[in-house]
Amino acid sequence: MMRNKALAAPFVLWAMIFIVVPLVMIVWYGVTIEEPIPYTEIVQPDGSVIYQLEDGSRTTEKPWQKRAVFSLNNFRRMLEPTYLRLLLRSLKVAVITTAICLLLGYPVALILTGRDFKRPALWLLLLILPMWMNFLLRTYSWMSILENSGILNSWIARLREAIPALDEWLLSMGVRRRIIFLYNENAVILGMVYNYLSFMIMPIYTVIEKIDKSLLEAAADLGASPVKSFLRVTLPYSLPGVLEGITMVFVPAVTTFVISQLMGGGKVPLIGDIIQNQFGKSSDWHFGATLSLLVMVVVLAFMGALGRIDKDDEPHKEVRIL
Amino acid sequence: MKRILKKKGFWIALIIALVFVYLAFGGSGREEEIIGGADGPTAIFVAEEEESEPFAVMPANPVEMTGETISVYNWGDYIDSDVIDIFEAETGIRVIYETFETNEDMYAKIAMGGSSYDVIVPSDYMIERMIQEELLQPINWNNVPNVKNIDPRFTHESYDPEFKYSVPYTWGTMGLLYNTETVLQAPDSWDILLDEEYRMDMFMLNAPRDTMAIALVMSGHDLNSIDAADLADAKKLLIDQKPLVLAYVVDEVKDKMIAGEASVALVWSGDATFCMSESDELNYVVPKEGSNIFYDAMCIPHNARNVSGAEKFIDFMCRADIAAANYDYVGYAIPNTAAIELWGAEEYNASPVNNPPQDTLEKCQVFRYLGENTKLYDQIWTEVISEF
Repeated sequence: MMRNKALAAPFVLWAMIFIVVPLVMIVWYGVTIEEPIPYTEIVQPDGSVIYQLEDGSRTTEKPWQKRAVFSLNNFRRMLEPTYLRLLLRSLKVAVITTAICLLLGYPVALILTGRDFKRPALWLLLLILPMWMNFLLRTYSWMSILENSGILNSWIARLREAIPALDEWLLSMGVRRRIIFLYNENAVILGMVYNYLSFMIMPIYTVIEKIDKSLLEAAADLGASPVKSFLRVTLPYSLPGVLEGITMVFVPAVTTFVISQLMGGGKVPLIGDIIQNQFGKSSDWHFGATLSLLVMVVVLAFMGALGRIDKDDEPHKEVRIL
Repeated sequence: MKRILKKKGFWIALIIALVFVYLAFGGSGREEEIIGGADGPTAIFVAEEEESEPFAVMPANPVEMTGETISVYNWGDYIDSDVIDIFEAETGIRVIYETFETNEDMYAKIAMGGSSYDVIVPSDYMIERMIQEELLQPINWNNVPNVKNIDPRFTHESYDPEFKYSVPYTWGTMGLLYNTETVLQAPDSWDILLDEEYRMDMFMLNAPRDTMAIALVMSGHDLNSIDAADLADAKKLLIDQKPLVLAYVVDEVKDKMIAGEASVALVWSGDATFCMSESDELNYVVPKEGSNIFYDAMCIPHNARNVSGAEKFIDFMCRADIAAANYDYVGYAIPNTAAIELWGAEEYNASPVNNPPQDTLEKCQVFRYLGENTKLYDQIWTEVISEF
């Protein structure tokens, strides 16, 4: 027992330094604000002013230093409609992204694990290969594809030049020569789906691959149609993978900030963008920390809800399969 | 892997992929050739290369290194490194050169007091704040004779009204970068940013203070205003303008304007210089209503260890030949009249970035240090961009 504890020590230390301390700092910043240090002005007989600080020390220069004091002002500010709306939009975008990832990712995982599918490892590699590149780079590529002066628009322009009839028809339909694909919410969702899709596929693939094939064979032997055996065997057994995939997509999607700035052109700010601004341009770490706490609570609530689904499911599994 | 390479399917897929890549990039390459051929920029390009031969300066009287050092803290990529070599050769003082990314980074280092620099180059509003907080020391002009080269138009600004603490290093403005091919006529007013003609065809800056300042000017207020009514006007203007704006960008604006993504953009003049060097179609104007003018200026922090070395360095940087060589590298407008003469006043003044009309320049103001009120701007800006 003692030996195990000793072995865990480096991890505990690591967790303290990189998880507990930052969390404590976020909470501390979140519940404090900066205010100028208090002082009293004392007018001297000769008309000059002296400033006396709380500790009794005196100075001729007006004090400018700040100190942190406990305050819930930032929580009040956080509840203003502006920020709640931003949070709602982040949730909406994240839910849509997660749903699309699930709709695209589940069939892909299913196909990859299919018995007739050859060389799933190669295809999986091809799917994951782009993820080895920096995600900023991948997002920039999408920008250069979708921009007004981007690849897609230049292809469309070339096509319209080549076929004047098509061009005329499109113009009569009110389609502009340059189509604005970028700088809106859909572009942001596209960027997120592209960046996070593999996080959905991987866990689902891993889980489905591990399903005992004899169960499916038994289902078929006993006369279940493929649809029925999917619904009764594959789907329930793959649920843990689905839940993991949802978590792995939803959590980064709800907190992202770069994708929304680049793909949305600053027109689709998410809560992550605003938090990032607080730590950057606005340099208001206190409010940034308060907003971070809000997002953490939302994510925790979400994880809690998912965890409940996971648990609720467990007892039924056997029954369903039987 | 060997088995994969033997498969026909793999090769077909590879060929299809290559064709796509060619269509995407090979195709656009050809397009550029055609454009290039039509406008004939090949000749211009050659001419430009000849012109941009580096402005060479040699050390006058090299001396032995004395062991004396000064440490200089400047923005990244903001000095011609040859200039530092020359200073070391002429004075024998070794320069320890460090760079920062933002005024706030620099401020934090100086205010914490842990490190000591002899020359720093903050921007205007930060100088104002640092003077207020006694982090700078007055410069002894007797030891900086070359300050005579500095154009008085660019001194005694509100951040250092008595011209005691700072020597302007470069200056710039905010203005409009526009595409001469796609605008109906060259703009001279901020009004273009409210023109329906350019709906979804303009970029704004995703920078609270800067964009708000322009909105304040557009609604006829002081660009440093902290008056609630003024700020409400600016906010309304920006919200009304939103449907016209293609995107709120920062650094991306350069690539996008060069690529012809939109007709007009609100930019800093430094970015405009870069874009105009990359594309002949782009031009810059400081609108007649006035704008923000910004300075980066050399200062000596309160805890400098080698004040006389710092003065020598500042004096050296104000010398005509050095300032000219440095301008040649950095490309930001300079306040040094003698250096401009030496570099070529005619060519220098030909740039709309370097030479806005005098009456426009008079209407340009520096940012004041707003202290806690900066938060007002941030809050309003957040409300503007999250309006949907």
